Amino acid sequence: MSDRWIGKSVKRVEDFRLLTGRGTYIDDHPPIGNIHHAAIVRSRHPHARILGYDVSKARAAEGVVGVITGDDVARETKPFAVGVTTPVHYYCAATDKVRFVGEPVAVVVARDRYLAEDAAELVDVEYEPLPAVVDPEKALQPDAPVLHDKVGTNLAGHRRLVYGDPERAFREADVVLRERFRFPKYGSTPIETYGIIARWEPDGICTVWSNFMGPFIMHPLTARVLGLPENKLRFIVPTDIGGSFGIKSSIYPYIALIALAAKHAGVPVKWIEDRREHLLASSSGTDRVAYRELAAKRDGTVVGMRFKWLDNVGGYIRSPEPGCSFRPTGNFVGPYAFQHLEVDASVVMTNKSLTGPNRGYACGHLYFETEGMMDRLADELGLDPIEIRRRNLIAPEQMPYRTPTGGYYDSGDYPAALDKAVQVADYADLRRQQARARANGRWFGIGVALAVDPSVSNMGYVATALDPEFRAKPEYLPKSGAVDAATVKIDPLGRVTTILGTTPQGQGHQTVVAQIVADELGLTPDDITVVDEMDTFTRIWSISSGTYSSRFGSVGTSAVALAARKLRAKLVDYAAHLMERPAADLEFRDGAVRPRSGKGPSYSVKDLAGRAHWNTESLPDGMEPGLQATAVFGFGVSRAVDAEDRVNSSNTYGFIAEIMAVEVDRRTAAITILKYVTVHDAGTIINPMIAEGQIYGGALHGLGGALYEELKYDDDGQFLTGTFMDYLVPTATEAPAEIEIAHIVSPSPLTPLGSKGLGESSSMTVPAVIANAVSDALRPLGIRITELPMTPSNLWEMIRQAGDRGAEPRASRAGHPRPEPDSRHSLQ
Amino acid sequence: MTAATVRLTVNGAAREGRCEPRKLLVDFLREDLGLTGTHVGCEHGICGACTVLINGDAARSCLMLAVQADGAEITTVEGLMRDGRLHPLQEAFREHHGLQCGFCTPGMLLTALDLLRTNPSPSEQEVREGISAVLCRCTGYHGIVKAVRAAAVTLAPSR
Repeated sequence: MSDRWIGKSVKRVEDFRLLTGRGTYIDDHPPIGNIHHAAIVRSRHPHARILGYDVSKARAAEGVVGVITGDDVARETKPFAVGVTTPVHYYCAATDKVRFVGEPVAVVVARDRYLAEDAAELVDVEYEPLPAVVDPEKALQPDAPVLHDKVGTNLAGHRRLVYGDPERAFREADVVLRERFRFPKYGSTPIETYGIIARWEPDGICTVWSNFMGPFIMHPLTARVLGLPENKLRFIVPTDIGGSFGIKSSIYPYIALIALAAKHAGVPVKWIEDRREHLLASSSGTDRVAYRELAAKRDGTVVGMRFKWLDNVGGYIRSPEPGCSFRPTGNFVGPYAFQHLEVDASVVMTNKSLTGPNRGYACGHLYFETEGMMDRLADELGLDPIEIRRRNLIAPEQMPYRTPTGGYYDSGDYPAALDKAVQVADYADLRRQQARARANGRWFGIGVALAVDPSVSNMGYVATALDPEFRAKPEYLPKSGAVDAATVKIDPLGRVTTILGTTPQGQGHQTVVAQIVADELGLTPDDITVVDEMDTFTRIWSISSGTYSSRFGSVGTSAVALAARKLRAKLVDYAAHLMERPAADLEFRDGAVRPRSGKGPSYSVKDLAGRAHWNTESLPDGMEPGLQATAVFGFGVSRAVDAEDRVNSSNTYGFIAEIMAVEVDRRTAAITILKYVTVHDAGTIINPMIAEGQIYGGALHGLGGALYEELKYDDDGQFLTGTFMDYLVPTATEAPAEIEIAHIVSPSPLTPLGSKGLGESSSMTVPAVIANAVSDALRPLGIRITELPMTPSNLWEMIRQAGDRGAEPRASRAGHPRPEPDSRHSLQ
Repeated sequence: MTAATVRLTVNGAAREGRCEPRKLLVDFLREDLGLTGTHVGCEHGICGACTVLINGDAARSCLMLAVQADGAEITTVEGLMRDGRLHPLQEAFREHHGLQCGFCTPGMLLTALDLLRTNPSPSEQEVREGISAVLCRCTGYHGIVKAVRAAAVTLAPSR
């Protein structure tokens, strides 16, 4: 092919409609006859027993056509299946007790949203308040209030995973380091909130429109909750979703709740979550307490690690949790070659909102801890942080590499990517700048962080949460897989339509698909119409289908490429029949089937399409009429977790190397990013503009979590960050002015195009790299960052305490007097 | 509640509707006038997704009642195209990847227009401060800042 579209920054086909206000998001969904609107009544208590409901006033209010409470939920739905064996009964609304502020307790359906909200205020719920607990360590104390009586403890699940011989590695190590880390609870707060429309059809089918990212496992889970066979529950996802970053995978309990409300009210019901509801009760990553241990030899070789985690999943464990602990199982060791690892993972329930996938699912936590430990080792041995990492990287000649935890790293050259970051950042010069800055008393630091960037989760990882004995039972059904489907068809005039059922939330799938199909069929992207909407009744999908886990760049694009190739092969076979030549003599080139060598007639796509559609007699015997092909792509490397808890938890693995330089202001403790370099290896890049857009966005999510964002509760379980004035999302003034992005390309041998996912990208590295940079800046004070977010007040407190310990060197001599107590106080 | 009549000019056309006095302007635009390009992101005036121009000034349509806009001239994202062609600012957003999911985009465009009207050649820092009234979670603002600066250059000769 003379000119390829893959690799070009093709402008997005999505943009025209989105720039002109003609996107079709869930709230813009065309009117449905007799639609009514829901308002959800929510708990104001963190923990309380429900004694009763009085909905009489609400039912009598203007415009109200239905009210449901937890009693209806308990009577008419089943609890959702959860990812652990402990008896946690998680319904789509509270039934016996409320376990976090904001938990749904009733739904009011009325003629419009204003009236529904009026009536929601008239619902009386009688509570018996109970003591609450929000800290995962306190929740495991013997005297802690217990959330779920049937469980008897707040421990939803616990696994101890052992790989290699960590006992011996630690016994024989020259150096053993220990640290405690805390990672905050934050969520990516897409600007479009959750939205659902549910309608019951006369034939018993429930149709649900929503901005869900699935169907994946949540469709069958929800069908079971509603007591419907799967082919009676229809999920439709509109073309446009206003961002998600993992958060919208957790909309599914609301689908069940609104469907039940619609059933009771006897009308189609629409619910659009408001921002307060979103912050209160949508989803977030977990807050985690981590105890880390690292064992190394004196030359800097890491020989083993121990992870002890307490992941706080809130009031109930909601699937796909405890992915918070196990999602990165295959890449627990990151880019490092050590072989001995022990993971002690406790999943704890407290009176906070529920958790789930959030951009970088669990990897932000993982690398914040691991990269912090690597810096501590460098310090301990007097080595440079770059050097300590180099000594431990998996070598390119080891690829593909099987990690001790079962991961299968398909390709990569980690040392080359690190070298590139060092070169782009001019690391040596940064160190010189730092020396000069320090000599002037400035707090200047340089951080490094590396990450294996896993894409396309293998559903099998979720079973790591279960004991091997449980998984060995004959009735246990093993789980594995990562599948997507695509259809390419050519109409009678030779134009191409590609149909898929992914659920993009801004990633530009239509553009990328058009590029791929254009290359495969020798056309231009403008020739291709891409229909990308999920409808579980009409699209081909499987248990893992959806747009999450950076799947599209790897598995979705593969299905598209294979479908186009199938169709191309059919065109060649058909042309061979018309030319009465062996297919082997022909090839598809520049949009036509032509002889491989020598002269002869050629058949363009348009020509073949016309003949095939208008005259089926011209088809060879046995050829299926029409010009269409469907491909379903899955990975052979997706296997179920084995008896030793090893699992290839993702299917393609990219790599990220980052270097950041920061300065911490001596007067305000504000952090300024002076340089930020990020190098990515995501295999073949299909559209660099879109890929880099993901990196810019991912980096700012990581920065938000590291510096600003936290869903906070007081000790009694009251929620403190219910508006965007309390929950601080970075604006354009907080975003780094410049991010230097570079790529290296190690094509995946597992995908037809060599591509991997990179949608989560730097969200998983920025917390690590900026924490390491700030630790380096505050080295003169002996401060190391172990907790996020690093708000100015948090940092100030650490700096003040370091000053009290006498660690701050000659601040006044350097000409930077410490702030007066008053100004310090005002920063709190 | 008694409905009130609201008459206003939207994107150059006279529009009229009846709604309760408590109805938010953004809900009136979306539900009564069918202009779903204006989005609701927070309903408390922080995210800026609902920003429209009211008598030429950027304003949050979630913090205003429809009846308060009676008699006003309003520009929404649907009114930016001219003769079937994208406004130079829209064009710049497309060129510089200033949008991903597109949900904040209408508010971002109208905020940027207001900025460029009051400051036709803003510095990068001024652009960042100007658009800090709107939250975007997809782009890291990188493409947006580039797009607004590029549009400032394109629009300059015409003023």
